[in-house]
Amino acid sequence: MRKTTASQDFIRGIWEENPVLIQMLGLCPALAVTNSVKNALAMSAATFFVICCSSVLVSSCKRFIPKEVRISAYILVIATFVTLADMLLQAYAPVQHKELGAFIALIVVNCMILGRQEAFSAKNNVYRSLLDAIGTGIGFTIALVMMGGFREILGTGSFLEFSLFGPNFEPWVIMVLPAGGFLTLGFILLAMGFFEQRKKAKAAQTAEASS
Amino acid sequence: MNEETTRKDAGTPETPEVPETKSASTFRLVATLAIAGALAGLLIVMVNQHTKPIIDEYKAEQLRIAVYEVLPGVERYNTYYLVNDSLSLTLPEGAKESEFKRVYVGYDTSNEIRGVAISRGESGFQDVVMVIFGFDPSTGKLTGMKVLDSKETPGLGDKIFKDQVFVDQFFAGPETPLVGVKIGAGKGNPNEIDTITGATISSKVVIDIINHGLEEWGPILEKGVPQESTQ
Repeated sequence: MRKTTASQDFIRGIWEENPVLIQMLGLCPALAVTNSVKNALAMSAATFFVICCSSVLVSSCKRFIPKEVRISAYILVIATFVTLADMLLQAYAPVQHKELGAFIALIVVNCMILGRQEAFSAKNNVYRSLLDAIGTGIGFTIALVMMGGFREILGTGSFLEFSLFGPNFEPWVIMVLPAGGFLTLGFILLAMGFFEQRKKAKAAQTAEASS
Repeated sequence: MNEETTRKDAGTPETPEVPETKSASTFRLVATLAIAGALAGLLIVMVNQHTKPIIDEYKAEQLRIAVYEVLPGVERYNTYYLVNDSLSLTLPEGAKESEFKRVYVGYDTSNEIRGVAISRGESGFQDVVMVIFGFDPSTGKLTGMKVLDSKETPGLGDKIFKDQVFVDQFFAGPETPLVGVKIGAGKGNPNEIDTITGATISSKVVIDIINHGLEEWGPILEKGVPQESTQ
């Protein structure tokens, strides 16, 4: 296995291996609930809570979990925290809970979380696993808020429910509908691919020049 | 013999991954999951005990707001429970509140009954749709409708509470029983409700809930609402 430093574990999930934009994991919530920034934030917060708690628990209990039942055990851990997040959100943020609906319960099957348990927490200590989970959680939040921002600005003409363009703005209704989610994700990936390619070309150019 | 060698072969690639253990016994596998499950259950129960009162209080508050919304012009309301086919303000001793059907009877400032609100759920396109609606028993006209809970398709079915034109029809005092018609296909009867294009099932469910609710409660309410003894 490749050895990494603590800071690398932390940074990796945020950008270099961003769960949504690079690894393409957890796309279901990323597409479904990002029609406003507020929903994106609530979803990110719930996911962040679940991934951090699960990673800590899985990495601290890893020696007690026989490998034959590890996936079931991870799912059990994740499902427990999702249920807790569901109840806490319903109690303290009922409006967001109603808006997110079934997608809170569906965090259980977010393969980004299960992926981190299997790929990282099951093999690393608690401290590194927590760093990795926080990094991944932040990466997920960045991706969701980015999508939520684009969709809310274009689809309802506001940001965090604060009206930006005044009453004469004609909203692009499609951006808050499911199709808008795919369009937004597509354009974000296009932009990222474009900059990535330009960076590579530049690096190749400088390497050529120096040689 | 042959079988044994193949089994060994299939087993070998697994070993380098986790070198320290040989495969665990069935008992250990079951025990691990059982203990983990029990701990998970315990945790959930503990949190549930903490959050349930907060959630219930919020729901009660939402219901209170909804009752006043569907019964415009009402000053206060009483909850009547259906006990042995008649309306009662109090429950039989030792009975659980949640087991009884109920209506909310609204009064105006001069203590006259202005409307009755009924909440009711029926399965919609995805899941149960909960609706509260108010009507005036003296005229039989609806006074309002509000969707309390629905998981209808976002963008289509959720128009039953997001489409103001559709919702406003219920506040315009239509006569009952309601009839759902496609937009433009109505004959101008006072009991017609225009359904939402693309969400016919969801809009029909709302209409059905109201009609069934009236069928169920109509005969009971006709017997009259008992006087409040406390007032």
